[in-house]
Amino acid sequence: MKDEVESREDRVAGLKGMGCSRKRVEDARFTQGKGNYVDDLKLDGMLFGDFVRSPYAHARIVNIDTEAALKVPGVLAVLTAKDLEPLGLHWMPTLAGDKQMVLADGKVLFQGQEVAYVVAQDRYAAADGIEAVEVDYEELPVLVNPFEALKSDVVLREDLLAEDGSIPDGAHGPRKHHNHIFTWEAGDKDPTLEVIDNADVVAEETMYYHRTHPCPLETCGCVASMDKVNGKLTLWGTFQAPHAIRTVVSLISGIEEHNIRVISPDIGGGFGNKVGAYPGYVCSVVASIVTGKPVKWIEDRMDNLMTTAFARDYHMTGRIAATKEGKITGVHCSVTADHGGFDACADPTKFPAGFMNICTGSYDIPTAYLEVDGVYTNKAPGGVSYRCSFRVTEAVYFIERMIEVLAIKLNMDAAELRRINFIKKEQFPYQAALGWEYDSGDYHTAWDKALKAVDYDGLRAEQAQRVEDFKAGKTRKLMGIGLTFFTEIVGAGPVKNCDILGLGMFDSCEIRIHPTGSAIARLGTISQGQGHATTFAQILASEIGLPADSITIEEGDTDTAPYGLGTYGSRSTPVAGAATAMAGRKIRAKAQMIAAYLLEVHDDDVEFDVDRFAVKGAPEKFKTMNEIAFAAYNQAIPGIEPGLEAVSYYDPPNMTYPFGAYVCVMDIDVDTGVPVIRRFYALDDCGTRINPMIIEGQVHGGLTEALAVALGQEIAYDDMGNVKTGTLMDFFLPTAWEVPNYETDHTVTPSPHHPIGAKGVGESPHVGGVPCFSNAVQDAFRPFGNTHTNMPHDHWRIWKTANELGLHG
Amino acid sequence: MSKKQHYKITVNGKEEEFLAEPRELLIHTLRERLKITGPHIGCETSHCGACTVTVNGKSVKSCTVFVAQADGTEITTIEGIGSPDALHPLQEAFKEHHGLQCGFCTPGMIIRASKLLEEIPNPSEEEIRFGMAGNICRCTGYQNIVKSIQAAAAEMNSAKEAAE
Amino acid sequence: MIPAAFEYYRPKDMTGVLSLLGEHGDNARVIAGGHSLIPMMKLRMADVPHLIDLQGVGGLDDIELSANSIRIGAMVTQHDIIDHNGLASAAPILREAALQIADPQVRYMGTVGGNVANGDPGNDMPGLMQCLDATFTVVGLDGERDIPARQFYEAAYMTAREDEEVLTSITMPIPAGGYAYEKQKRKIGDYATAAAAVLLTKEGNTCKSASIAMTNLSDIPVYSEEAGAALVGSSLDDTAIKAAVTAVLGDIDPSEDNRGPVAFKKHLAGVILRRAIERAWSRA
Repeated sequence: MKDEVESREDRVAGLKGMGCSRKRVEDARFTQGKGNYVDDLKLDGMLFGDFVRSPYAHARIVNIDTEAALKVPGVLAVLTAKDLEPLGLHWMPTLAGDKQMVLADGKVLFQGQEVAYVVAQDRYAAADGIEAVEVDYEELPVLVNPFEALKSDVVLREDLLAEDGSIPDGAHGPRKHHNHIFTWEAGDKDPTLEVIDNADVVAEETMYYHRTHPCPLETCGCVASMDKVNGKLTLWGTFQAPHAIRTVVSLISGIEEHNIRVISPDIGGGFGNKVGAYPGYVCSVVASIVTGKPVKWIEDRMDNLMTTAFARDYHMTGRIAATKEGKITGVHCSVTADHGGFDACADPTKFPAGFMNICTGSYDIPTAYLEVDGVYTNKAPGGVSYRCSFRVTEAVYFIERMIEVLAIKLNMDAAELRRINFIKKEQFPYQAALGWEYDSGDYHTAWDKALKAVDYDGLRAEQAQRVEDFKAGKTRKLMGIGLTFFTEIVGAGPVKNCDILGLGMFDSCEIRIHPTGSAIARLGTISQGQGHATTFAQILASEIGLPADSITIEEGDTDTAPYGLGTYGSRSTPVAGAATAMAGRKIRAKAQMIAAYLLEVHDDDVEFDVDRFAVKGAPEKFKTMNEIAFAAYNQAIPGIEPGLEAVSYYDPPNMTYPFGAYVCVMDIDVDTGVPVIRRFYALDDCGTRINPMIIEGQVHGGLTEALAVALGQEIAYDDMGNVKTGTLMDFFLPTAWEVPNYETDHTVTPSPHHPIGAKGVGESPHVGGVPCFSNAVQDAFRPFGNTHTNMPHDHWRIWKTANELGLHG
Repeated sequence: MSKKQHYKITVNGKEEEFLAEPRELLIHTLRERLKITGPHIGCETSHCGACTVTVNGKSVKSCTVFVAQADGTEITTIEGIGSPDALHPLQEAFKEHHGLQCGFCTPGMIIRASKLLEEIPNPSEEEIRFGMAGNICRCTGYQNIVKSIQAAAAEMNSAKEAAE
Repeated sequence: MIPAAFEYYRPKDMTGVLSLLGEHGDNARVIAGGHSLIPMMKLRMADVPHLIDLQGVGGLDDIELSANSIRIGAMVTQHDIIDHNGLASAAPILREAALQIADPQVRYMGTVGGNVANGDPGNDMPGLMQCLDATFTVVGLDGERDIPARQFYEAAYMTAREDEEVLTSITMPIPAGGYAYEKQKRKIGDYATAAAAVLLTKEGNTCKSASIAMTNLSDIPVYSEEAGAALVGSSLDDTAIKAAVTAVLGDIDPSEDNRGPVAFKKHLAGVILRRAIERAWSRA
């Protein structure tokens, strides 16, 4: 028989389970143009809706005249806030405990804000209808600077004032000013300030992590279809959290959840842009209910950049205290967070500043204090998105810049300063000063491996020579060595402290094994390119001994998938991956009993081996999982139900903490401001590695998005609140020409609390990449007096740094 | 709205005739009228290349062409190369070398790459990056796209040599 | 994303084009490759009730090389320029510049005529044509006339071509000597932050002639007579190059935009020009 001849190695390989670079099952449809994205969906009688948007950043709506628009051929309806008000839908709750307008209610608060929704036969008629809507605006003073906003008499959110003009508490506590949203604190204020006041050395720096945007290649959109006969609403859309959307839609519309079906089909990139609910979703639902027809909304790229969930916009001031020898004794971080017109930040409820409190980073810092003030301005609403793990991009940028600033103050090598402050391997699980318990890490091994791989000492020697050559006029190119050692915090999260609008952040997996030995597993997550259909089958293949090629993974249909909180914040592997392993183990536990019955031994006398259960001590007596699967449907086993299914809802005991060591070598032409990335080395430790090929792809992609952010990508506003970078002409998306080849490497430090020891990796390269690219630029100018320069480091800003340092002679 | 005109285009070898407004963008003709949804829309300023198709032998961003201009042309989209039983070497290579993640840029990427390999059958890495600079990807960082195209080129060139 | 409705025409000859332009006045525009006009129409920033497609008119896409001159039809694409071997030998600066315009797809459709006639300060061909001392032939109901590139540009989007005239070809002497088109941009597909077109001839170790034009540093391309003169008769030593840079800085008038502030653009203009001069000289 073939089984007897096949070696164990071959049997393992045949499963294509954990650890192998299994090719993706998704690729068949995508490479043949048979993907199924929202805009591909066409239903009978489907209408198209689109928005009239405000050209002004702050204005009262004096009048909306829809008469001419309604006469445009093909236009069926024009909705305004007045039409949504009777349904209570002119406003909707945000994920951050605030509320936001669905359609402009009396005023607009940011350029591009939705004012009216035109419903038409097709997108051409809708576009013509939009041109014909006449809106009278009365401009109001614009606030685009959060510091000015906190001092200004201009009230942005009149809806949040009490009748007597006082300022009631917000969702996160007292508000100091009518444009203030929240103050959030973590750590120990007095002890930290005392340590800093009495320290040998204190380095202080103010830095701005500029506003940018995830810009997935597919914009946001949906198709809403109200079936009036059956009273059922179906909503397809670009949803990174389909179940949460279903619950929210139910709460705001009054339609019971069992009558709402939300489907996330293929999604063309999410990166956090597609987590929250947008006015387009609500208006399409209303339009479908009103017209009785399906209604599609697909936004333009300008709509996407100007109005959907932006990222960052954090003004951070840091003070870091150390001994003369360089041992860090305390960190104080204070942040002014610009949230735009509404706080629509996609954070877990209890964390209005996300996980900013990971900002002590990879370092053993005994005391720390973090304070964050959220502020309203006349910009698009949001804050958390873009591969950030809930503000971890900001936190890691902060600490990886502060350590460089401290190194300059101490006149120390920045790699060495990091090493002497790393949390040691023996200290894990490590209780960080700002509250998190890091699960596992071996930072020194990773750092040494990275520095050796790039010949760090050689690079510094080369750099020193380059500085001499520059000063001697032999070259006009400076060399920068960017370093970053980041600790991520992902896998939100334990239900006791992580929820989205009250929904605990567990996740789920439901498995059904078929009689002939293949299986289907459904998850509460939803891939937007991460390859779940490929990788979660690998987890299961190793757990239950059926080939990955025989396991279908499904996500995204709330009628069939078990409840989950979706995919963002690198949470799928830590949470749903754990649920998958646990459900797989339940399958295996039942399979064990069936095997024992078939082999006529006691349950404890069989053991699992790759793809079968064998009698202990008599391995030639076994039953394959295929045979067990059929038996589950075929045998009447005393005390065991027929079928072979399991479900697991997994509440993680902790977050997971992937980490990494990145080095970037850059040559900068000081006269043109052009940086050239000579080398980028990325070592990632994401614990147990499910599919190395996919991990490498995630790293390439995250680093490229990091390159974009660090070297030019921004959402910039002028003083009137006009978006200056609202199209791809000015919003920097690098092409293949601007992007280098990356070298990827790894260590493996499993998570002790995760069933398969995996930590997740999707966002690590972005979190660690941005400070690494930035540090390379900063480091190039360090010998000439630079301590900190704000991003983005586009040509003119690099040139400006060189100019201000007197390098242009 | 303006009066609809009569247009005839050949898409993936099939002749299509229809009435449309001249202003209809070719990408919408393909996606909405002909239900060919492989080419995608990623922007409205002709930057991203997700809409790339081949028109009369040229790589063209179909979002920047009116159907009126395309009257009488021959168009190939991703659906027109390879078949489920006989994939194009590029389709094989993109899978083999993880040249895609979300898949949204992929149809435009592969169609453009197919034309690039006609222009330069054995391109260097630099020629690939330059030749593909009209197609934006947000997921892959391009490295594996380059690898995929190199692998497809090698496969196609060795198949050509074998045939000769 | 969706343009306003328009009437579309595809005349079979120039007479048809001109008569439509005459009939509809400034409600009509011609379209060549469309990759400048169509994006504007999609954003509804250009309103074109009558669109006249030139692709049906024959004789506009030839490249003719004679002993002394080059004639390029208005409908010749950037891709055609890059691919044309004769042109690569006769005027390699054309290919060097064309390769730095936009991206492969846009180059398949974008025409030289569109690039020079539009009057967009960001386009690369206008400055290049001024450097080459090209002449634009435009045709109207009154007949044909020739306008030197160096006199063609008046302000952003305003040229010496009347609304009812159509640019049909570009003629230039075959350039001699060394050449360079140096362009700094933020990424492939971007307009220039600063660009310089330089043609130089050498006699012994002395510069015999110099032609310098700058792009996207004013609302029109800038042909700098003075910068060229500063190089002529010199050995292109540092003093001469500095003088050329100073001359150009006096001639340009850059505006601040997302690519950077005025001070940066001015400094960069000098750097780019210097590099173009050095490269052209090395080829002379």
